[in-house]
Parts: sequence; C-alpha cells; structure tokens
Amino acid sequence: MIEFVRNVRLWFAPAEIRQDGRTPDYRFSLANERTFLAWLRTALALIGGGFAVDQFLPDLRWGWRVGLALALLAAGVLCSLRAVNHWVRCERAMRRGEDLPVSRFPAVLSLVVAVVALAMVLVVLVGWEG
Amino acid sequence: MSPQERVPRDSDRDPGLQPERTRLAWRRTTLSATVAAVLAVRAALHGGASAPGIVACALCCALWLGLLTVAHRRIRTLAARASPTPFPPRHATAAALCTVAMAVCGAALVL
Repeated sequence: MIEFVRNVRLWFAPAEIRQDGRTPDYRFSLANERTFLAWLRTALALIGGGFAVDQFLPDLRWGWRVGLALALLAAGVLCSLRAVNHWVRCERAMRRGEDLPVSRFPAVLSLVVAVVALAMVLVVLVGWEG
Repeated sequence: MSPQERVPRDSDRDPGLQPERTRLAWRRTTLSATVAAVLAVRAALHGGASAPGIVACALCCALWLGLLTVAHRRIRTLAARASPTPFPPRHATAAALCTVAMAVCGAALVL
C-alpha cells in the first residue's frame, strides 16, 4: 500500500523519475508507452461496453443491467489506473536497470472476461430475459 | 545524428519504425476514446435531453477533448525529432484520469 502511494506521487512528478538512474534507449521507452496505450484502450473498451450494456439491453432486468454496466465501468477504472501505475513502475525499473515488474493483473482481467463470456453463453443458451 | 534536428532524415530513421508505431498507437487510442464518447453522448441524450444529461454530455465531450489534446501534443513531439524524448508521467496520468472520469460520468448516467 505504501509502495502504491509512492507510485501515485511519481505519476505527477516527472522530475523525480528523471533523477533516478540513466535514461534508457528511447525505443524501450516508446515500447513501454505503447503498452500503456494498449491498456488504456482496453480500459476505454470496457467503459464503452458498460455504456453499450446500459443502452442496448433494455429488456434485461434493471438490477442485472445496472450491475453489469457498473461492473464493466469499474473494470475500466481499475484498468486505466493500473495502466499508468504499471507504466511508471516499468519506466523506473528501466532507468535503474532492474528487472521489469511482474503483475497478476493480466491474469485476473482475463479470468474476469472469461467468466463474463461463459455467463453470456449460458444466458443465450438458457434464454433468460430477466 | 543531432537530436536537435527538426525533420528526421531517412537515414536517421529507426528501422523498427518505433515512433511511427507509437504514433499509430496514440491514434488507435483516440479512436477508442471517440467510440466511448459517442456511446456516452448517446446514453446522456437518449430519451430526451434533461439538465443532468446535458451536463454529463458536455463533461464527456470535454474529457474526450482532453485526451485528444494529450495525444496531439505527444504525436507532435514524436514527429519533431529522430529520437523522441520520453513520455512525461504527468501526461500519462492526465490521459488515465480522463478515462477514469469518463467511467465515473458513465456510472452517474447509468444510475
């Protein structure tokens, strides 16, 4: 938790990160930036999915519709916050010449997506309309 | 290969085309943001325009413009030099916070 708070300070302090270690090859920084952008797109897709569930499934029961939409929106929030946090950690690790940070987040997100997809398959097969 | 050079020559160009790939990644991100913003505007104005709906709509458009500004500035930096400067953390945070705020707007609209 304290580590996370320290990282949050780094989000806003470009000078602090630049004092650490040496500037890596710009190509590594750009690759890190593209990974960050890919996670940001994932977050935007989850948020778009939340809006889509709310609008294009009007026959679903209110609780299910709002619950699913809020879950997707919350996943989008987590994903974008994690994107910037992981980007900062990678950037710092590259400057210090350390190993890149490992993360459980991709596994967790893919499990969540798999569970949601299975639930959707069940909903379609059983034909629940709420 | 001086870093101050404004227009990169062909010989300076990275054979992996990293700046170009990064520029296209920014473009894809703005495209995703546009889709999310259009869905948000539809959610806000669907079924008649109410005062909270219009406020949420304007907020989502402003956030979309914020993300577009970050992308535009970064793309200009990428194009200006043969070896671009690293991405400032403040801009990364701004881009992520625009996304978060859009999700919060969405949650307010859904409820």
